[in-house]
Amino acid sequence: MGQIEWAMWANEQALASGLILITGGIVATAGRFVQWYFGAYSIAAGVFICLLEYPRGKRRKGSTMERCGQKYMTAVVKLFGPLTRNYYIRAVLHLLLSVPAGFLLATILGTVCLVIASAIYLLAAIRGEQWTPIEQKPKERPQVGGTIKQPPTNPPPRPPAEVRKKPSEGEEAGAAAGGPQINPIPVTDEVV
Amino acid sequence: MGNWLVNHWLLVLILVVWLGLNVFLFIYTFLTYEMSDKYYYTREILGTALAFARASALCLNCNSMLILIPVCRNLLSFLRGTCSFCSHTLRKPLDHNLTFHKLVAYMICIFTAIHIIAHLFNFEHYSRSQQAMDGSLASVLSTLSHPEKAGNSWLNPIQSPNTTVMYVAFTSIAGLTGVLITTVLILMVTSAMEFIRRNYFELFWYTHHLFIIYIICLGLHGLGGIVRAQTEESMSENHPHNCSESYQKWGTHESKCKHPHFEGHPPASWKWILAPIALYIFERILRFYRSKQKVVITKVVMHPSKVLELQMRKRGFSMEVGQYIFVNCPSISLLEWHPFTLTSAPEEDFFSIHVRAAGDWTENFIRAFEQQHSPMPRIEVDGPFGTVSEDVFQYEVAVLVGAGIGVTPFASILKSIWYKFQRADHKLKTQKIYFYWICRETGAFAWFNHLLNSLEQEMEELGKVGFLNYRLFLTGWDSNIAGHAAFNFDKATDILTGLKQKTFFGRPMWDNEFSAVATAHPKSVVGVFLCGPQTLAKSLRKCCHRYSSLDPRKVQFYFNKENF
Repeated sequence: MGQIEWAMWANEQALASGLILITGGIVATAGRFVQWYFGAYSIAAGVFICLLEYPRGKRRKGSTMERCGQKYMTAVVKLFGPLTRNYYIRAVLHLLLSVPAGFLLATILGTVCLVIASAIYLLAAIRGEQWTPIEQKPKERPQVGGTIKQPPTNPPPRPPAEVRKKPSEGEEAGAAAGGPQINPIPVTDEVV
Repeated sequence: MGNWLVNHWLLVLILVVWLGLNVFLFIYTFLTYEMSDKYYYTREILGTALAFARASALCLNCNSMLILIPVCRNLLSFLRGTCSFCSHTLRKPLDHNLTFHKLVAYMICIFTAIHIIAHLFNFEHYSRSQQAMDGSLASVLSTLSHPEKAGNSWLNPIQSPNTTVMYVAFTSIAGLTGVLITTVLILMVTSAMEFIRRNYFELFWYTHHLFIIYIICLGLHGLGGIVRAQTEESMSENHPHNCSESYQKWGTHESKCKHPHFEGHPPASWKWILAPIALYIFERILRFYRSKQKVVITKVVMHPSKVLELQMRKRGFSMEVGQYIFVNCPSISLLEWHPFTLTSAPEEDFFSIHVRAAGDWTENFIRAFEQQHSPMPRIEVDGPFGTVSEDVFQYEVAVLVGAGIGVTPFASILKSIWYKFQRADHKLKTQKIYFYWICRETGAFAWFNHLLNSLEQEMEELGKVGFLNYRLFLTGWDSNIAGHAAFNFDKATDILTGLKQKTFFGRPMWDNEFSAVATAHPKSVVGVFLCGPQTLAKSLRKCCHRYSSLDPRKVQFYFNKENF
C-alpha cells in the first residue's frame, strides 16, 4: 500500500468525470432542459478537464504507459509550469469547476465524480506527488562505424631516422623499432 | 481461422448467447412499454424515454446477475474438476472467466448510461407537464392525485409546480440510490483500469469491494414504485382507446370515463441478484475455510538473485501442470492474496512456488524466510486455479516457448513430462521436445538453469539425450558478454549457464527454427505452446501457418497460446 501514487487514480477519475460532464451537458442542452445553460457550461468544463487530464504524468518508479497521442497535450500542459505541476492547484481547480455543474440534475453526477477526483488529488498533493511530463527519448541509432569517417591521413608514428639506421648497435631503442624484420625461421606466404 | 474456431467454439457460443439474451431482453421490454395499453397514459407524459429506461433497467438486472458468477473461482474450479471427463475444449471457457467479467462490466456501463439519460428526460418531462398550464392531457394526468391523494393513484411523482427535479431526485429512494450506485460504479471502473490494476493492485482490490454498496443499492433502487401503470380495474372504467380523447370530461356526468388509477411496480431487481449473491457469499466462506487449512513447509531454498523456493504440503491438495495458487502471509499483510505459478510437477509429493522480489509484499516475504533464527511464518494457500495445459502431452513433437517470467509454468511442464517419460506413462505421446527459453538475463532464473542442468544429467544417465532439445536466447547481451562467449567458444559447457547447449544471443529466427523442425519431423503433428508476450504470439502463429504443410498427412503445426 505504501507505494500507491494516488495522482494516477485521481487522473483516471478526473478524466472519467470530464466525459460524464460532457455527456450530461449534451443531454441537458439538446433536450433544452430547465436552466440548460448550466449544461452548456458543463460541456465546456468537461472538454477543458479532458484536455488537461489526458496526458498522463510519469510514475516515480518504473515505466509509464503513455496514452495514445498524448505527446501533443503534454507539450501544452508543460507550458504552464507550476500551475499544472502542483496537485494542490489541480485539486482546487477541479473543486471550483465542479460547482456550477451541481445546479443541474443532468450534470450533478459529473460534479460528484469531479469532487471525488479533487479529493484524491488533495491526498496526492499532501503526500508530495507532482506531475512530471513523460519526455520523448531522442532515438539514438548506434551508427556502426560512425566514427570511421575517412582513412587516416598521417602515416603511423615511426621512431626517429637515426634509430632506424643502426639496428646492429643492440640498443633497446634500436631493437624495439628495428628495421626490416629478419625472420629466424623462413616464412612462406600460404595465402591463396 | 478454422483451427481457432474448432478450439474455441464454446467460447464463441457463450458470447453469442449472452449478446443475444441482452438484445432480446432489451427489445422485448422496449416493445412492452412502447405498445402496451396500461402504459398509454404514462407514455403521454414521458414519450419513448420510458421504454428506453425500462428496457435498459432489465438488461442491467440481467447483467448484474451475471457479473458475480465468473469471479467465484473456487466454484469454477469445482466445475472443472467435476467435468474432468469433458473434453478440454468444453472446459476452456472456465479459464476466460475474468474476460467475461470485464465484458459484462462494460455492458453494465453502457446500459447505465442509457438508463440515466432516459431517466433524465423522464424527470424533465414530468416536471414540464406538472408546470404546464395548457390543459393538455399530460397536464391533466399530472394533476391527477390532488383530490385523490388518499387513493395513492397518482401518476406524476412531481406533485407541485414548485418542486424541482433535483429535489425529487434526492428525496426519492430511486433517485438517491441511483446517484450512489452510479458513483460507486464509476469509482470501481476507474480503479480497475489496466494501468492502475497492474501497477497499484491493492488500490484496485480494495476499491472493487465497493461492489457491496452497488448490490445493496441495486436491491433498494425500485422500492419507490415511481414507474406507474394503469390498474386493471381502472382499465375497465377508463380504457385509453375509448377515453383518451375526452379527457376534459373525465369524472363528469357527460362521460362514462372515470379518472384513471395507477399503481407502481414492486421492485424486481432482488429476484435477479439473490442467487448470485448467495453463491458469492458461499464462495468467500469457502475461500476462508480453505485458507485456514494447515500448510506445512517442507523445504525453503534461497536461489541467487533473491529468488525464494518454497516446497509445501497441504492435505487434500492436488494440482495439474501450469496451475497457480494464491498465497497469504498474515504476518506481512492480513488481507492480501498474491498469485504464484506452481513450479512443481503433479508427480512430486510436494508443491512448490518460486517467489521473486518484485514489490513490497514479495520483498517482505523473502526477508521473513531469510531469517533463519526466528520461526517460519505461517502461510495460507488457496487454490490451485487456472488453466490446465494437458494438451502438451498429446502431441508427438512439442515446441515450447517461454519468454521471461513466462518460463515458470514450463518448469512444472518439463518436470512432469520427464516423470511421465521415466515411468513410460502411456498418456504421454510426446517423443521429442524443443524448448526455447528467451529472456533478457538469466540472473533471476538461475533456478531454472539448475532444473535444465539436472534434466540434462538424468537424460544422459538414461541414454536418452535426444529427448529434450533446449535453446536459451539472451536478448540483453552487450559486447562484454559476447566477447567472453567468443573467447570460450571451444569449451564443452556454456560459460553463462553451465549447460551443454550453448547460449544464443539475440532473438530466435523463427523461420529457421520452424523449417528445421519441419524437416526433422516431416510426418508429425507438432504442438507449439507459448507463454509470453502478444507480439511473440503473432510471429509464432504466422510461422505455424507458413510451415504447416497443405497435405494433412505431412507436418502440421498447431499453435496454443495459454495464459498460464
